[in-house]
Amino acid sequence: MSTTTLAPVAPPERPPSRRRPPSPVRPHDFGVADMGLFLMCVASSLALAWVIFYQLTLLSGAFGFLIVWYALLLTLYWIATSQVVDRMTATDRVVSVVVVTGAAVILGLLLYVIVWVSAKAIPHIDLHLFTRDQKYFVLVGHNVLSTVGVAHAIVGTLEQVGFAALLGVPVAVATAVFLNEVGGRGTRLIRTVITAMSGTPSVIAGVFIYSILIINHVLGYSGFAAALALFVLLLPLVTRTTEEVLRVVPSGLREASLALGASEWRTVWSVVLPTARSGVVTAVLLGVARAAGETAPLLFTAFGSQVMNPNVFSHPQSALPLQVWTNARSADPILITLAFEAAFVLLVLVLILFVAARVLGRTRTGSRRSRRWRRHDPSILGPFDLQLAPVSSDAPTEGGQP
Amino acid sequence: MTVDTMSPSYLADPDRIRGAGLATAGGAARLEARGVHAWFGGRLVLEDVHLTMERSSVTALIGPSGCGKSTFLRILNRMHEVVPGAQLAGSVELDGADIYGPGQRASDTRRHIGMVFQKPNPFPAMSIADNVLSGLKFSRLKPVDRHELVEEMLRKAGLWNEVKGRLGELGGALSGGQQQRLCIARALAVRPRVLLMDEPCSALDPTSTRRIEETVREIAEEVTVVIVTHNMQQAQRVSQYCAFFLAEENQPGLVIEAGTTEKIFSDPVDPRTLDYVHGRFG
Repeated sequence: MSTTTLAPVAPPERPPSRRRPPSPVRPHDFGVADMGLFLMCVASSLALAWVIFYQLTLLSGAFGFLIVWYALLLTLYWIATSQVVDRMTATDRVVSVVVVTGAAVILGLLLYVIVWVSAKAIPHIDLHLFTRDQKYFVLVGHNVLSTVGVAHAIVGTLEQVGFAALLGVPVAVATAVFLNEVGGRGTRLIRTVITAMSGTPSVIAGVFIYSILIINHVLGYSGFAAALALFVLLLPLVTRTTEEVLRVVPSGLREASLALGASEWRTVWSVVLPTARSGVVTAVLLGVARAAGETAPLLFTAFGSQVMNPNVFSHPQSALPLQVWTNARSADPILITLAFEAAFVLLVLVLILFVAARVLGRTRTGSRRSRRWRRHDPSILGPFDLQLAPVSSDAPTEGGQP
Repeated sequence: MTVDTMSPSYLADPDRIRGAGLATAGGAARLEARGVHAWFGGRLVLEDVHLTMERSSVTALIGPSGCGKSTFLRILNRMHEVVPGAQLAGSVELDGADIYGPGQRASDTRRHIGMVFQKPNPFPAMSIADNVLSGLKFSRLKPVDRHELVEEMLRKAGLWNEVKGRLGELGGALSGGQQQRLCIARALAVRPRVLLMDEPCSALDPTSTRRIEETVREIAEEVTVVIVTHNMQQAQRVSQYCAFFLAEENQPGLVIEAGTTEKIFSDPVDPRTLDYVHGRFG
């Protein structure tokens, strides 16, 4: 009798019409209803804050109001959400609000600075800004803005930061390579010194160069003295960041390189640095951007000037941050406008630097080197082109051109 | 036979190669370890290993974890001394020339005794083709035909058909098994005389493992292979010789038994070897 159970059993019939699939759900999704709840909490906490702040107590001031409002918003939002969903999700949402508002505040402040400077500067910008210095500035007279510019400060900043980077970047990268790749005696001492240096107030860098070089008449007030001061600032920053970047290069790559017969120097140059390239570029960029924006180290070194001085090695020179500082302190509205323009130029300069670094730090896909291999790609050329070697469009083919 | 005549696609500048005893002969070499000891930070981890790896053979090093197999393997191409605090004693002879002898440069040794690591480690900033050629670049050697060499090496490693259309892509874009085969192609491109493999398949799926084992069998003719493995079947499949390492608790590791793979697996002298190869401990 049991043999009958071995007979093939027809599979259960599937219903001919397919059931509609259930509507897709993402856990923790933030829907329209949740958004509505949040907006209601914003409104009610605003009202509550107004009652507490202005009706019940004698507090005043916009900043205090904002803080009370924010605290009330978080409390109300947590209470309201925990009525709708469970407590864990409610906490999750409140924390999300804290994180997002934190990011929004930072972003808002940054944008505010940029927009504020741009709004003050852009309406007044003309070509003279980039071609003239402040030689012809006279205190009396109207429409004097068109006779002055910050060309001298642009030249000064480019030269000073350029020299500082030229000196500082190789030394900083070499130090980072020493700390991370070579090691040995003195590593700890050097790291401590570098850390201490990165905490030094920037004015100290200027005073340092002033006291050892300028007072002793080794150098006069000059762009180069400023470059040295900026070098002192840039060095620890770039070293520390580069070291951090080199540290995340997997040690397996170093071993692989050594195991192929590469020297240690070759390993650093051909494997470690290229692998960390985008990080090293970012590190250099951070240092250079920092140096470009410093005012204090220039006070005792570049000294500042109202006229164009392209010679970086002698005589006082101006720089954009220095010009902003000098002009913004004056009482003349023309000079204050010029200060905003200089600040705007500085912002644009740093922006250009950032974009350039992004382009440089990009990984190499699509670059010249990978194209070289695409040229040899048999999948593109067909197998015979490989044997025929130089593949170029104007080379005569074997049959000869008609 | 010089390196140059080995293959038309390979041209080495002999002036650039130092360490004459090692460099002038090509092809698979015999490797002989004598009285090898190893220390880490003053602690003895490997004691008095004598082992001969015959020319054009595959030798498997087996044994439980922490018994010094990998340490021994790294001593064979001077990678042990890269680890801080690592020390060693004894000698390793490549066709009779001591790689730890006076005047021997570690980088020359490593070019002749290549290594494939447990974790695939292609250079992420280089294309697939440049990865294969990287060893030559490091030694400033120039192949006659770069493309031919790349193809030959990738074919040897069983990777050519999968990557031939995208040699310009970055090496990190490959799957784990492909990356490991790329590492083998890279190690073979400098035409080493011995290839050391440190558990090359432990991070890979069975299919990739099978392909790498095929590769090992194919290349054994022209390069002596030493492979560390935890996989008994793998040792039986690929190797002709076998060495069993063991370390008692808090004791340095040593070679319990070495011989042909057939003998180690069927009729070992030491009962501990029999227990291990039959999976009774370790």
